[in-house]
Order: sequence, then C-alpha cells, then structure tokens
Amino acid sequence: MQAKNLIYDGTFDGFLSAVFYVFEHKLKTVTIQNEFTVQHRLFLENETIHTDELKANRVWKGIKSRLSSNGSYQLYYAFLSEDSGVEDLLLEYIQYVFSQRKKVDKDYTHPSILKIAQIAKSVGREKHRMEAFVRFRLTKDAIYFASIEPDFNVLPLIEKHFKRRYADQKWVIYDIKRGYGLFYDLNKVELINMDFPENFNFTKTDNAFFAEQEFEFQKLWQDYFKSTNIESRKNMKLHIRHVPKRYWKYLSEKQPN
Amino acid sequence: MSFERTQEKLKILADAAKYDVSCSSSGSKRNNTNKGLGDATGMGICHSYTEDGRCVSLLKVLLTNHCIFDCAYCVTRKSNDVKRAAFKVQEVVDLTINFYRRNYIEGLFLSSGIFKSPDYTMERLVAVAKKLRQEENFNGYIHLKSIPGASDELMREAGLYADRLSVNIEIPTEAGLKKLAPDKKREDFIKPMVKVKNEIIQYKAEKKIIKSTPKFAPAGQSTQMIIGASGENDFQIMQTSNHFYNNYNLKRVYYSGYVPISYDNRLPQIGSAVPMLRENRLYQTDWLMRFYGFDVSEILNEQHQNLDLDVDPKLSWALRNLHEFPVDVNTADQRMLARIPGLGMKSVYKIINARRFRKLNWEHLKKIGVALNRAQYFMVCDSNQFEKRDLSAEKIKGLILQNSTSKYQKILSNQLSLFG
Repeated sequence: MQAKNLIYDGTFDGFLSAVFYVFEHKLKTVTIQNEFTVQHRLFLENETIHTDELKANRVWKGIKSRLSSNGSYQLYYAFLSEDSGVEDLLLEYIQYVFSQRKKVDKDYTHPSILKIAQIAKSVGREKHRMEAFVRFRLTKDAIYFASIEPDFNVLPLIEKHFKRRYADQKWVIYDIKRGYGLFYDLNKVELINMDFPENFNFTKTDNAFFAEQEFEFQKLWQDYFKSTNIESRKNMKLHIRHVPKRYWKYLSEKQPN
Repeated sequence: MSFERTQEKLKILADAAKYDVSCSSSGSKRNNTNKGLGDATGMGICHSYTEDGRCVSLLKVLLTNHCIFDCAYCVTRKSNDVKRAAFKVQEVVDLTINFYRRNYIEGLFLSSGIFKSPDYTMERLVAVAKKLRQEENFNGYIHLKSIPGASDELMREAGLYADRLSVNIEIPTEAGLKKLAPDKKREDFIKPMVKVKNEIIQYKAEKKIIKSTPKFAPAGQSTQMIIGASGENDFQIMQTSNHFYNNYNLKRVYYSGYVPISYDNRLPQIGSAVPMLRENRLYQTDWLMRFYGFDVSEILNEQHQNLDLDVDPKLSWALRNLHEFPVDVNTADQRMLARIPGLGMKSVYKIINARRFRKLNWEHLKKIGVALNRAQYFMVCDSNQFEKRDLSAEKIKGLILQNSTSKYQKILSNQLSLFG
C-alpha cells in the first residue's frame, strides 16, 4: 500500500487534480498539502501534483452532480479558508460524497459535512464583511483604491459584487496579506500584482497619492459617523463584536483625525 | 459645494435623524442594468456600526430640521431651542454619490422636518430621489419618509424613485398621540400609507401583465413606534403592530426605546434609562410573529399584558404551555420544532435535513448548535436520557436562569433591587 503526501500549487484546480490522483491510484493513506505551507510527514512519500485543468474539471463536474448547488459552494468556500489541513478534510468530505448514493451535503450529523459547513460559514461571513468594510479612496489617477487584509482568501468571491455595483468607476481592491488584487478598468476585472512605493503607507491618506477631495469626504464621513451615534445607548461590547478591532485600520471612520 | 457649510449642516441634520432606527437596505431587487452606479439586489449590507452597536447602512439625514409641528417626543419640535439647518437638493445628492462611491453606504435615507406644508416638504424629498435616479444613474437604495398629509400624486411619484417609503406612527395609541402631539392626527399618517399600499398592489398586478411596468417602492413600507414615552403596555404595542402588519402589508415595524431629550413633564425625564431590554423583547416577539408562526395573542393577551424581562418571549410562552411539551425532534413538524425554546429557525432547518439520514441524539443536537441549556426541558431525542422529573414551570425557569448568564444581567439586577 502506498502512503503519499501530495503537494499541489495552491490553486483550486491544483487541489482538484490532487483529488483526481487519489482516486486514480486508489490511495488510502494520503494527505494533500499546499506547496507554500508544506510540512514533511514521516512515512509518507512526497508526490508533486501537476495541475491539469481537464482532470480538475472532471472531478468538479462529478462533485457538482452529487451535491446540491449549496453543497458545491460550501466546498469551494471552505477551500478558500486556507485553514491548515483543510485539504484533508475536503478530501474526506469528497470521498464520503462519492461513497453514498444519495446527496449527503445536508447530513449535518456527519463530522466532515458539519465541519465543512461551519468553515464555509466563516468564509461566507468574511466575504460579507469585505463587501461591507472595503473603503475606497480616490487616487490622483482617478482610481478608487482599497486595501484589505481578510482572514481568508475572499477576493475571488467578492469580484462579482463589486463589478456589478461600481460599473462606472475604475477601482482596485488589493489584498496586502496575499499580495494580489482586483482591478476593474470599466470593462473587465483583472487579477493584478502591484509594486508600491517604498514610503507608501496603506492606512494613511497621503496627498502625494490621493486626490484633494478625498480628504474632505473622509472628514465628512467621520463626522457623520460621530453624529449618528446615540451616546446614551453606548455599547462598546456590541460595537466591537460587529466591527472587530483587526478591521479598524482600513476603515475611514476609525482613523484618527 | 462649500466644505465648511456642508460639514456644519451634515452634523446638525445627521444628529437630528438618528432617532429613526430603520436602517434596512435589503429586499429591493434594483439591478444595475444601465452601467450606472450602484446595485441594490442582494441582501442589505451594514457598512459600519456606531458605538451604540447599531448598523450604519444608509446615509441617514434630514433635509431640514425646521418644523412647524411641536411633538413633545421629537428633538426637532418647533419649541426646542436647537440649531436649525437645511440642505440644498444638490448637496444631498453629492453626499450620497460620493459616500456611495467609497463604499461607505448602501444608499440614502432621507427624512425631514415639515416646513411650510406637507406637500412642499414631500416635493423636495422627491426632487432629491428623482435627481439621483435620473441624472446620476444611481441604482443604490433610497428610503424616503412619507410626510403625513402629503398628496396622493406626490406619494405616487415618490414610490417610482424610492425603494422604501415609511411613515412613523411613533405613538402606539391614539390617546397617547393626542397627549404628546396635539396638532397631529392618526388619519394623516394613515393616508399616505394606504396610498402607497394600494399603488404597490396595483403596480405588482400590472407587472405580471406588462413586464416593462416600472418598480414601485420594491422594498415596501415600514413604520416605527417609540417605546416607553406614553405609558402603553406591551399588549397594546404589539396589537398595534399586528394591526399595521395585517392591514397595510408593512415589511417592518421598528420599536425605538425612548431616548429622553426634553424636560417636558409629560415624558420620562432626561437622565432616565433607555428601555433597551424591553425594546429587545418586543423585537423578539415581532420575530416570533413573522418567522416562527406565532399568533400575537399567544404571547400577549388580556391575561398577560407585558413581556417578561428575565426570559425571552418564546421561553415564557413555553412555560405557560407545558402541556405542549416535550417535543420529539425526530418526528415533530416544523411548526412545533420552531416552538422549542433554544431552537432558532436555522437549527430547525438543520434538524429537518439531518434527521433524514439518522435519528438525532443529544450529541448531534449540541454540534448543530442548539442551545441545550434551554431546550433540554422541552424535547426528547434518540436517547434514553431526558428530563424525567415532573418539573413545574417555576422550577424550570429557575434551573435555566441558574445555568445561564444574560447579557442584560446588570439591567436585570438593577431592576430587581428596585423592588427588593
């Protein structure tokens, strides 16, 4: 019996190609790891997986036919969590799905189904948070720029939302943690990598980079945020539960004046 | 626009608008089809939260806080000595667009003090919405206040540009209204509400036949009541609420704990606490009516006119109706599952789905997320361990309170010490 540690390139297609490999070679003892966070395991032979779009599509089609649309969403969402060990959990989930004749993605008493549903829920929450907490700032080149550091890799999930909403303005949403961003040029959204100037401070609105009116609107927004608060109902515990402190640094209303 | 002037106006007119609690931005289905700005299709988004924990979803301002009325509970009342200001139509448009472009907000919630006449005021509100839609290609969310006494023609126009319209009845009973707002009449609130309701029904019917029929207030109507300003009990409040849900097809009724803003002796004095826990219990009751299949009379009636503060209204109902329990989670229908204290609708759906695969036991239920400390007394599952003692309602309540900590502990113990 072979025991393998499959190493893939970090993409969803790469992961699905690894799943294909597992089924193709009928592996029983196996782990799947992202090449960026790989940890060597004792007694497991490393195998580098070549990402193959055709194989990935075959696996994805198979999965989709055995899950409700919500189930396949959950699987993809959970993958984007980048949780350590999530690939093995997903593999367990997929193997369970293929071993049953009926659709099982609502079998919340099965450990891997419940766990994936829970991870997907936290990714979904982060997606929604980014749709809320992205703060665009108008640059001198007339591009609305936002920087984020989401807990999970949610850029692929929020693209559609922002494209539909800001159809008539150029914008960039840049994930500083993962070093890539989305750029909308009034026609399409592209994935981009950017080099920032040495002295570029992501949380500061510097007049070397940002348009003059940007300062006024930030000030108006900060004032509005203060005026709309009701002091006699103050409840900071609730406030922080809704807007955890780790998000504050990119929120215009939370910047010191 | 002059920055300083706008800044000053925004401070005054946002401050005056904050007592309107509605912040909903969902349910509109307004697509961005013209490659313009904004989209109001999905669920609502709370872009931020104030330090009091309320959602900030819309730019909520008054067009002006000049007002010809003198309603005792209102901070903008004629006799109150506050700074007055008025936005120009273009100023509100610019603020909305620029806030929206930066992803600060989902749209605009525009209300106003009543200056000159109801129609004159309503006309200005409509002008802002019209400009946003027609000149700025704005597809974001617009919530306009229906001004009591405005003409049918203006209300019809308002509905063509706005996603939601609302008129606040503020005081739950007519007697209370007479006492606190002698120049206002219930009929004046009702009239625009009826007009909008009828137009919504008519436009929906036409849309079924002619697809290009424009949308009319697609996110419906709402209203708000102030809690704790005029002495009504919870039974009266929820009866009024139920009446409005049933007769005017309202999407939402909001309950706003009265924040003392005046030394008027008809009202709670400045410094007295905002009834936040009571407000919370009323919202819970509202949810039980709208999503859990309860009839309001099951929760509040002649014998039971006020909600318990120490336990939630569903638990309180269950304790009064122990003969309905225990419920078997593996066989019960959705209606009964939803009535088990400690089970939210999400858990109910998970249980219904999961029990198709196997019988559920305590371990399963715990993992699914059921609040067992409350639920365990009211249900049985696939286990021979269940509550076998014949406990009285008082005893169960005691056990539950003993084993839980309420986020309102401080308020509750203060209230108890009043009588102790």
